Amino acid sequence: MRHARAIEFSTGLFALLGFAALFFLITQITNREIHFGEAGYQLLAKFENIGSLKVGAPVSMSGVTIGRIERIEFDSTEYKAAVTLRIESRYNKIPDDSDASIFTAGLLGGQYIGIGPGGSETYFKDQDQIHFTQSAIVLENLISKFLFSLAGKDKQDSQGAEAKTE
Amino acid sequence: MGLLRELWQALRGALENLGDVVLFLGRLLAYTPASFRRFGLIVHQVYNAGALSLVIIMLCGLFVGMVLGLQGFDVLQRFGSEESLGTAAALGLLKELGPVVTALLFAGRAGTALASEIGLMQATDQLAAMQMMAVDPIRRVCVPRFVGGIIAMPLLAAIFSAIGIYGAQLVGVQMMGVDSGQFWSQMRASVEVRDVMEGVIKSCVFGVSCSLIAVYEGYNAIPTAEGVGRATTRTVVISAVVTLLLDYMLTAALL
Repeated sequence: MRHARAIEFSTGLFALLGFAALFFLITQITNREIHFGEAGYQLLAKFENIGSLKVGAPVSMSGVTIGRIERIEFDSTEYKAAVTLRIESRYNKIPDDSDASIFTAGLLGGQYIGIGPGGSETYFKDQDQIHFTQSAIVLENLISKFLFSLAGKDKQDSQGAEAKTE
Repeated sequence: MGLLRELWQALRGALENLGDVVLFLGRLLAYTPASFRRFGLIVHQVYNAGALSLVIIMLCGLFVGMVLGLQGFDVLQRFGSEESLGTAAALGLLKELGPVVTALLFAGRAGTALASEIGLMQATDQLAAMQMMAVDPIRRVCVPRFVGGIIAMPLLAAIFSAIGIYGAQLVGVQMMGVDSGQFWSQMRASVEVRDVMEGVIKSCVFGVSCSLIAVYEGYNAIPTAEGVGRATTRTVVISAVVTLLLDYMLTAALL
């Protein structure tokens, strides 16, 4: 009997360890705070280009995460990306002329939405739309702009040099 | 003509084997719900398959994590991003190394024990004796071991991953000097519950396949000393191959 008890004890210990490990992995390793039901309110923002923004990316204000991106769709009437944000309900005093821009965290980090506060006296309510938006900066566009400006400058320089020799 | 016939025979043999395994799995699954009524038997098998494998799993997890920390650090510092070590180690362990290495160790530690135990029961006519007493040996012997293995595997894999992450932290943070805050916060920012669940699903599937193979090989062992030895070897080899094969298929499906 004593032997059987010992087996049950160590099996219980093993199961406890296993579930503790699983719990540790889910709560400590992931970014998910477990919340029950949908809390907070929704805002809509439309962007020309969202780059590589993903569902679940943070929405931040002054660097503090105040919500997450819930849904990304394509609006085929305006030809824009319609992004639904879920903002935590305790952040309920965001002026309704605030602007939303897409930023990149670090050089190679993921993209997130930053909200810059406006000056309005009235605040966003559930289902409101953020009207002032700024698209993601696409690296290729930036580089091509830079290269074209370089090329333009070269041309001007060489033309100037030719004019001098004449 | 002879070659064709031989090929056909070989193919037929392989198909027959596969069908036999599938039918065996069906019988095991059919008895599984009822087996929970005798929970003591299952607890005993969870002890055999899980609790007794705990030390080897923890030890291997620690070392795999430490190696991952060392290798990951060496590769990542070439790109100047050694802060991502936590992410790399956690994702590698949770999604691949945890379930797969645990399954391989499980096949070596618990699978062989199962196969040789059942094979020896077969060789010493214990299973036949049970049948004489109107006790179905599949129900009494095979199902509890099968279920015990399935319960034990995900828990073992979770312990393996958790300890592995600790091992990676040990090497990365304590020895190589990656910032501890960066290590954990980068990991937390990019690992999702989905990644953990992917590992859990994988280890459940490996639990089914490894336990099935061990029980099947033991049950169908040729009842001689040589036959039992062969069944044990086959258990390890087939489990390893099937685990890696299933791993690819699951990764493709879950990614």
